[in-house]
Amino acid sequence: MRVQLRHRLGYLTALLVALALPQVIYPGLALDIVVWGLFAVSLDLLLGFGGLLSFGHAAFWGSAGYAAGLAAKHLGVPFPVAVLAGVTVAVLLALPIGYLSIRRQAIYFAMVTLAFAQMLFYVTNEWRGLTGGENGLQAIPRTFPGLTLPSGSAAFYYAALPLALLGYWLAWRAVHSPFGHVLVAIRDNEARAQALGYPTRRYKVLGFVLSAALAGLAGSLFALGHGFAALELLHWTTSGLVVMMVILGGVGTLWGSVIGAAVVLLLRDWLSTSTLTLAGVSLKDAWGVVTGVIFVLIVLSFRRGVWGTLLQLRLPRGGSRPAPRAGQTTAGGPSAADGG
Amino acid sequence: MALLETDSLIKDFRGFRAVNDVSLRIEEETIHALVGPNGAGKTTLFNLLSKFLQPSAGRILYRGEEITALRPEQIARRGVARSFQITSLFEQLTILEHVALALQADTALGYRFWQSERVLDQFRERALAILDEVGLRDLAEREVHALPYGQKRSLEMALVLARDPALLLLDEPTAGMGREDVERMIALIRRAGTGRTVVLVEHNMGVVAELADRVTVLQRGSVLAEGTYAAVRDDPQVIEAYLGQTHA
Ligand SMILES: Nc1ncnc2c1ncn2[C@@H]1O[C@H](COP(=O)(O)OP(=O)(O)O)[C@@H](O)[C@H]1O
Ligand SMILES: [Mg+2]
Repeated sequence: MRVQLRHRLGYLTALLVALALPQVIYPGLALDIVVWGLFAVSLDLLLGFGGLLSFGHAAFWGSAGYAAGLAAKHLGVPFPVAVLAGVTVAVLLALPIGYLSIRRQAIYFAMVTLAFAQMLFYVTNEWRGLTGGENGLQAIPRTFPGLTLPSGSAAFYYAALPLALLGYWLAWRAVHSPFGHVLVAIRDNEARAQALGYPTRRYKVLGFVLSAALAGLAGSLFALGHGFAALELLHWTTSGLVVMMVILGGVGTLWGSVIGAAVVLLLRDWLSTSTLTLAGVSLKDAWGVVTGVIFVLIVLSFRRGVWGTLLQLRLPRGGSRPAPRAGQTTAGGPSAADGG
Repeated sequence: MALLETDSLIKDFRGFRAVNDVSLRIEEETIHALVGPNGAGKTTLFNLLSKFLQPSAGRILYRGEEITALRPEQIARRGVARSFQITSLFEQLTILEHVALALQADTALGYRFWQSERVLDQFRERALAILDEVGLRDLAEREVHALPYGQKRSLEMALVLARDPALLLLDEPTAGMGREDVERMIALIRRAGTGRTVVLVEHNMGVVAELADRVTVLQRGSVLAEGTYAAVRDDPQVIEAYLGQTHA
């Protein structure tokens, strides 16, 4: 009971922080934290609980961003409908990509997902008539009956927040569902799960698609919120950045990913306005290097990431479940089935 | 009637033949032991039967139907349950959750990502009954990583039993166990085997003598002898195969 009460207080605090955020920092940055946080949570669902490290999640974030932008711009639909269009496109892409890539394990899985994301990047770049090529989609409107929602405004932040929270809730629910139990079992011991009769590939595809849907939800809100969709959404550095956020926060902690996203984004924001220089180089121009160094420092000193380490301090006996192991990837396959 | 049959089964590993032209008939409601010196190909054969390996040639029939091309989870859903020689569990789950997971496997609940995990409570009663059978009921809420070895082996058996299978494939269920645990495992297999068919890979000849209705002896991937335990034990070829080996 006491643990439950503490969880409730935790969620309440998070909700209050989310509501207050655009009053404390500027609304555009607040939106970034909420949607990148959701993007990172979607990746952690797949990595932390499915044991699958996708290095191509920009494919879903980006394709959904473009799809939502196109729907809003050319069809003039209200922004939640545009978000739905984005999520749908992400899911439709995730089905074949997931089906093909989960046939590979560990690093090969990461490489296959990266390859698909790169393909999508080039297609988007070439398909200028639809996507605007290097210029991207500009001036995407955010319409909703009875509301005016300027880009980067607190108004849009509050309009988008319920959808983002729905995404967070879905991720939490999936982890604490019968599906979540099977997913964790497959991550820990795929051969055993098969022997029990679980079609493990089907489960992994479902996990992949769920994750992509949430990444798509986040990407749609991001593109709509900023009013543009650019190629950067699909760039491999976007996939890399979200992996970094998850590792920073702590793999398999779900909420840690939000912390990881917030740390990266606040740092980037602070550096972009900072006048600090180091050895004659303005930190403003080197935010990638600075974040990279901080990333390495945090990973070296807290193996479980920021949130994972805090959890471990507070719950020395690993209170909440399912408690996954950090950074684990599947090791299944016939060779793992048995020894000699 | 034969529940499980193999027809000239062959498995090659890069030119090395680990299973060579093995034709078996496993009769319904019998306990059939596969024995043989180290490296004879028992585990490889076992993995072919449980579909964790694909044969290089030959066929496998279950209830008279060819299952050679099926995947492990497909034969699991047809009533075949296997244990693992090396204890193979889910380190992060409790004992009760293990059994619930095995019971849940026959339903489509596992796809319900939108439902609360509390629906799994429906398996609690049955899971506890199965744990009672293998002597783990009192430890139901414990996570498995801290369990002693013998109890992990018992949990392996609980997972097999939870599937309520027609055919049990057991790979060295007594490996590494102390005397008392072995006795308990023998009793458990005998009870679990009642009304079911069991294929048992076993090193311990005492266990084979007590349990097996039929014994197949493998050597270098081929069937060397087959019969009752008494008949096989006295076969001069079998004695020689085991003598050529430091420990059986
Ligand atoms: N994956 C594999 N690749 C190559 N050789 C293997 C493989 N698995 C087993 N073997 C070889 O096949 C033979 C039979 O092994 P195994 O089936 O484990 O024997 P047993 O279980 O009877 O001790 C051994 O010589 C072993 O080295
Ligand atoms: Mg063996």
